[in-house]
Amino acid sequence: MIRHDLLKTLLPQLAGRLVVCNIGAPSQELFSLQDQPGNFYMLGTMGLCSSIGLGLALAQEKPVIAIDGDGSVLTNLGTLATIANNPCDNFILLIVDNGSYGSTGDQKTYAGKKTSLAAVARACGCENVVECRAEETASALAAALKARRMTVIVAKCESGNVAVPVIGLNPVTIRERFMAAVAAPEG
Amino acid sequence: MAKDIDRRIVDDLTRDGVDFVTSVPCKQLAGVLELIDRTASIRHVPCNKEDEGMGLCAGAFMGGARPAILMQNTALGVVVNTLATLIQYYQMPLPMLISYRGEVGEPVACQVEMALHTKAILAQLNIPTYHFHRPDDAADLPGILAHARMASKPVAILADASFWRAAS
Repeated sequence: MIRHDLLKTLLPQLAGRLVVCNIGAPSQELFSLQDQPGNFYMLGTMGLCSSIGLGLALAQEKPVIAIDGDGSVLTNLGTLATIANNPCDNFILLIVDNGSYGSTGDQKTYAGKKTSLAAVARACGCENVVECRAEETASALAAALKARRMTVIVAKCESGNVAVPVIGLNPVTIRERFMAAVAAPEG
Repeated sequence: MAKDIDRRIVDDLTRDGVDFVTSVPCKQLAGVLELIDRTASIRHVPCNKEDEGMGLCAGAFMGGARPAILMQNTALGVVVNTLATLIQYYQMPLPMLISYRGEVGEPVACQVEMALHTKAILAQLNIPTYHFHRPDDAADLPGILAHARMASKPVAILADASFWRAAS
């Protein structure tokens, strides 16, 4: 199962939620599958998805799902230590780990070789780390949302992308409608 | 040990409503950081690298917080992409209180190297930049914080060695 198919299995759970989505193919795929004001698309700045998600989760109470990638987490590996040391029970970091830099031609990452991001997260002090197969991701996410405990999910999937258009939205539009979704009453 | 100037800076931050601070430490910022850690209205989330910190600030801002970052000027070598493609591109306010190392009074020669590039990088990025050299310069801080928010832009406050040494 590739990332696009994995994202499809998550759509019912992402609907109406606050989702911070990684730069490139992940954001473009999510945009084409299920655009909503609660999706914050990163148009640049590789590596900071988990940091934006954590900052957002610390600043308000609604659950936040950050959909990151193995290559991006590797560029900002310190984020796992920051997450571990600032626990925030409304934060879920979902690392879609396809072992490759999907947006740039599927070059292998070290996570696709010897490095285990789940083991790194645990070593950093993250207490709830779940590594699962792509097919199990939806149930892992459901369990994390239900538990209301900060969770890092490392979903192992196959490398590959589907052809989707780039996101045509203006960054300020993305930010403003996202902030309106953050501020909207729950329900 | 925090000094009066550190207290004035933290008072200005809290009075402005700053409630979320991230930092990578610098000796010159030690007193401010010490006071921030004792300020209940500010959540301090230290980061490992300043671009990571700006990601935290972006998220906190979108969550309704008023963030600020404390860092050293050497970090401008790290954050150019993040300033351009996240903070500026999405139009977010971000006060950066920057320890300006490498100016007159600096004991570490290597610090001079990034001091030479500091204002050039900020100018290249069109970032409003304020240089605190004498203790009285800190009187501008409340206005600078309000200006960042009004303009939805990052602003840089460069506080050099003369400023920290002369301030009591």
